[in-house]
Amino acid sequence: MEKLIAGKSVAVNEEGYLTDFSQWDKSIAEELAQEAGINLSPRHWEVLAYLQKEHQSQVALSIRRVGKSNVVDIKEFYQLFPTAPLKTATKIAGIPKPVSCI
Amino acid sequence: MNDNGSIKKMMIILSKGTLENVYAAFVLANGARAEGIEAEIFFTFFGLEAIHKQKLEHLHVATVGNPAMHMPTMLGGLPGMEALASSMMKKEMEAIDMPDVHEFLDILTASGVRLWACKLAMDMFHYKKEDMYDGIEAVITVGDFYKQSAGEGVHMLFV
Repeated sequence: MEKLIAGKSVAVNEEGYLTDFSQWDKSIAEELAQEAGINLSPRHWEVLAYLQKEHQSQVALSIRRVGKSNVVDIKEFYQLFPTAPLKTATKIAGIPKPVSCI
Repeated sequence: MNDNGSIKKMMIILSKGTLENVYAAFVLANGARAEGIEAEIFFTFFGLEAIHKQKLEHLHVATVGNPAMHMPTMLGGLPGMEALASSMMKKEMEAIDMPDVHEFLDILTASGVRLWACKLAMDMFHYKKEDMYDGIEAVITVGDFYKQSAGEGVHMLFV
């Protein structure tokens, strides 16, 4: 389905995750972050860029992997994206929701 | 606001020290946090082994009295069988990116899971707070744990 985000019509799934990363841009991230009650700081952008890079290299994301990334530790990850960090951060980053249970 | 009775907090009681039970409790707590649900674990009886500094690295799967192991009980009782089955399981777990017990505890506490040790069981096993994993917040009674569990959308689970 289509959703209007930051004035652009983008393709999303039923949970609101972008299905076509090429449609993602920073204004979309800003608006998705606002929806989640988050103001994006430079630290947030660093983490989002890391998640996108991992996704592009087809790495299955998990909290454990993020914690070992040297980009952000688990504690800070939860502080940056307080509720359900991996779900929220991947949504803002425009990449699919990870399926890992760990 | 109508939230359809969604789960707000999971209160997990871990009473067993076998690897499969410890991991079940940990995965449930970690999975809760990943979904934005609060989680706390109350370690009691043999569950204390999962937070005992000297023991937590040496937990085993049960090879006796566990039909799902598909191993004759007499065979499961032979010396070394538990260690063998446990090391095989640990290899499989590493392959699916499952952390070991100590690292899992680190992940849980970093994720905001609160960990409690049961006072009665601590006394019974003659354990001291210093013997336990540093992330244990306090040694508390059952009554304290119930108080801790107050609120709407709180669910309690016994492992």
